[in-house]
Formats: sequence, C-alpha cells, structure tokens
Amino acid sequence: MKEVELNTTTINFGPQHPAAHGVLRLVVELEGEVVQRAEPHIGLLHRGTEKLIEYKTYLQAVPYFDRLDYVSPMCQEHAFALATENLLGINVPERAKYIRVIFAEITRILNHLLNIPAYAADIGAVTPFLWCFEEREKLLEFHEAVSGARFHAAYFRPGGVHQDMPEGMDEKLFDHFKTLPKFIDDLESLLTNNRILRQRSVDIGIISKSEAIEWGCSGPVLRSAGVAWDLRRSQPYDAYDQVDFEVPVGKNGDCFDRYLVRIEEMRQSISIINQCLNKIKPGPISIEDNKITPPKRNQMKKSMEALIHHFKLFTEGYRVPAGQVYSAVEAPKGEFGVYLVSDGSSKPYRCKIRAPGFAHLQTLDHLSKGHLMADIAAILGSLDIVFGEIDR
Amino acid sequence: MIKFLTKIDGINNVLENNNLLEIEFEKNNIIKIFNELRDNTELYFNQLLDITAVDYPSREFRFDLIYILQSLTKNKKIILKTFIKENENIESITNIHKSADWYERECYDLFGIEFINHPDLRRIMTDYNFEGYPLRKDFPLTGHTEVRYDDLEKKVIYEPVKLTQEFRNFDSESPWEGMENKLFGDEKSTGEN
Repeated sequence: MKEVELNTTTINFGPQHPAAHGVLRLVVELEGEVVQRAEPHIGLLHRGTEKLIEYKTYLQAVPYFDRLDYVSPMCQEHAFALATENLLGINVPERAKYIRVIFAEITRILNHLLNIPAYAADIGAVTPFLWCFEEREKLLEFHEAVSGARFHAAYFRPGGVHQDMPEGMDEKLFDHFKTLPKFIDDLESLLTNNRILRQRSVDIGIISKSEAIEWGCSGPVLRSAGVAWDLRRSQPYDAYDQVDFEVPVGKNGDCFDRYLVRIEEMRQSISIINQCLNKIKPGPISIEDNKITPPKRNQMKKSMEALIHHFKLFTEGYRVPAGQVYSAVEAPKGEFGVYLVSDGSSKPYRCKIRAPGFAHLQTLDHLSKGHLMADIAAILGSLDIVFGEIDR
Repeated sequence: MIKFLTKIDGINNVLENNNLLEIEFEKNNIIKIFNELRDNTELYFNQLLDITAVDYPSREFRFDLIYILQSLTKNKKIILKTFIKENENIESITNIHKSADWYERECYDLFGIEFINHPDLRRIMTDYNFEGYPLRKDFPLTGHTEVRYDDLEKKVIYEPVKLTQEFRNFDSESPWEGMENKLFGDEKSTGEN
C-alpha cells in the first residue's frame, strides 16, 4: 500500500476579498480544509493618524476620529472629546451630555445595523443587507440634521457638541424609534431561527470567559463570553449614569451569541435614546468659555473680543495644560480609548488610539484553529472588524 | 489599593488622578510586577488594554513606555510607565498577557523599542520592507518614500518623496504668551550705551 503524505496548503486570503471586511490579508495554513494557523497581516490601511494628530491642534484632530472606524464615527469623537476635556478640566453642560448620549446610541444602532447583515451576508443571507441599509439611511438623516454630514460628522467637540439639534427633532426621533423595534423584530424573524445561520454560527469561534479577558477583548465579544462588562455601566461618562439599561450577556462566546448580543444591544439603545429624549432640557450645548469653544457668528459681527477669540481658536487653537490621560468609551465594537499626552501647547504631544478591533483580530488565529476555511468568514464577520480603526 | 501597589518591589511612584492610577516602575522588575499585578487578589489587573510609548528625543531616557491595565473585578484602570534609552530593550510580557503580542509588535514597529523573548517580533503596521520608526519625533511627517504605479515598468515603484511645495508647519502660538518679562530690542539698551 502506498503511503500518502499529508501536506499543509498555504492560502493567501485577501487583501482584496469581500469577506475580508476591508484590506485584511490572511495567510492561512490548511490541512485539507481544516485551518491549522491563520495569520493576519494588517497595516494595509495604515494612514499614520497618530502621527498626523501630533501636527494638528486639538480641534483639527477631531475629524481624524471619524475616519478611524468609519461605521461608528461619533463614538470615537466621544473618546477624544472626553480625553481633552479631562485634561482641560472642564465639565460640559447637561444638554450636551444628553445629546452626546443620544447620538452615541444612534451610532451604536448604525454600527450594528451594518455588522449584523454583513455577517449574515458572509454566511449566505442577502436580504438583511438590503433591509438594514434602508434603515441606516433613515438614521443617517439624523446625523445629517445635526452636523451636516452623514458620516464624517465632527460633531462631538471638546467642550460640548458643535450645534444644537434643529427644532422639532425630538419628535422626529421619538417617532422614528417607535418604528425601529418592529424592524428589529422583522430582522430577527429572518435570521435568529434560520437554520443556515444557526448551522454556520452556533459553536463556531468559541472564546471562553478567561480567554476573552486575557486577549483584551471588550464590547460584544467580551459580553458574549459571559462577562457582564460595559463601560457605560461600570465607568459611566456623560449622561449614562442618568439612564437605565440592561447589559446583554451571552453564554457560549460563539458567533451566534455575539450576534444575539448585538441584536439586544440595539433594543437597549432605543430605550436609552427614549429616556434621554424624556429627560433632555433646553440649555447651552457647549461650555460658554470662548477660550475653548468659538463665539456665535452674530457675536463676531458686533464684538471685537469675539472676533479675536475666533481668530485665535482657528489659528493657534487652545492650549491644554500639560499632563496625560486615558479616556475610554464603550464604542459599538468595544472599548475605544484615547491616551493623550499634552506638553502644554495647543497640539497634542502624543495621541495613542486604543482600537477594540485590534485586540479582537489578534484572537483570530486562536478562534479559527481547527475550524473549516469557510468558518473564517463567519468568525471575521462576528468579530466586527473594520480596518479603519485597526490600522489607524 | 494604593497601599498594596506601593508594597510591590520596583514600583516608585503612585499617583491617583480621577479614576485613574498612574505608576512609575523599574524596567528590570517588569515580569515580577506584572505577575503580581495580575495575580494579587487585591489588585487583579487581569486585562492588558494597551502598550504604547512617548518619544522625548532630548532626554537621556528617550522613551516613556506606557502600559495600560484594567481590573474587571475592581473596576479600575492603571497606567504604568517606565523609562527606556534609545538602544535599550525590555522584557516582553507576552507570557503574562496574551494580548501583549500585537501591542509589542506595534510598539517595536513605530518606535523601534525591542522586546526580549517576544515570540514573533516583526513589523505590523508599516509596509513590507519599511525602514525607520515613524512615530519617533525625528521621523518626518511626510515620510521618506512614496509609491506609485509606473506605466512603463508596469509595476508599483518606490521613490523618494517629492514635495511640490516645501513642508510647512505653522507655529501660530502667540509670542506674547509665556514671555519672560523681556521685550524685543531690550538687549540693545543694556550693551555699550
């Protein structure tokens, strides 16, 4: 009898592959169809954001954060705004806090409305993608209404938010979030009990509680493993201590649990938004110190002082007292942190961005070992990988 | 918590700032300190969030190496800082925290800090065959090389950066602020007159 020698095959997956969620290059070692090793090569979208920020004033640095994780822009501005405010030692007004929470939660829904159907598309369902994009478009209109931009909003700025919500927006939000739970139910009716989705995701890419912590996972990935950890709850920022919400937790830490956690998070977000809309009161939307936030346009027409402030803010920017700070928010993907070092000038000396996806992608090798090649697409999708934030 | 932290060998300075603890430690004791931080039931810093560095080219100990840890049970974050000279290296903590793997690679890639006993210390963010350490302060913002597709050679080629306009970095900080009670032109009056 002839002896057959089994050789491992090495396959190059990406960087141009629709299931790679962007520019991921994966070198996969297969034995037959079973994955032995999966090595991600990242950095193909590296733009040097951290270096660029060192050459910009604090205000000019804000738009870079939209371009990191481009499907959940506002949450990242949030982290930077909190870090800068922490160094400046300022407290934003109540209304700004509520507006920020409302829009951070809209962003969370936006993110999950992209991730869930993209994940479903990876494992064979096309319809959710079309449905969710329609729903996303409606939510993006709210982004546009407050900031003028659908994605790159630059709306959360150190000191508050850029401008107030337009008149009548409360009711529009109320109305919209009356219809959204129905949509989520419909979405679930397509997916949750779908045989194909379950076959492709239950018991795939399991991560245990202790492993999830060790590997630095956060957000839905950590919660799906059964760790009830949410920065909005444990270290509340802005108005999160004023609202009541539940932290959905999974049991098995597999792809299916991650999907379920995200679905439930959307429902919680809707509840948070509704509570905020009930509690929000009229008032200033950014701190009224023209050394940090620019004066109103009509003031500038009348007051020399206002004109000088405006000029100084948009040339030199404001000086931030020397120090270091680490501020983190619960972004839709997990803990998004900004480590900011100031030397007392008007430009950050160092701004390190802690992207949740970076830690998650690192676990890919561990998660996919022993699974089939096709499961890699499922695992990638369920980790919610976006290269804007991983490569920075 | 501060009481327990100050007891650990090699920890010099413990500061509490808002909800954040800032600590300086000696780099030779790194393995012992991180083991202690993770396993001590009073501290239980079981999640490594990030490793990064800050470059101060004028200092003898050029880099601040920063470790950010989180304790999920105690709900605390901690910033650990140590100082490193330019060509010095430091022990890797991949055996203590698995997530340190890529963080250390990133730090090596962007700052050129070497981690001893790291299983796979390669560049991670920058291009294949990249040279230099981009996040050091003496690395120019525009970089050294640029790529383009050459239609004659039918391939992507690397060439030195050509700027159509000289790189400008405006310093718009007001000269009047932070002035040390000295007026321009004053130096003339104290001379021979």
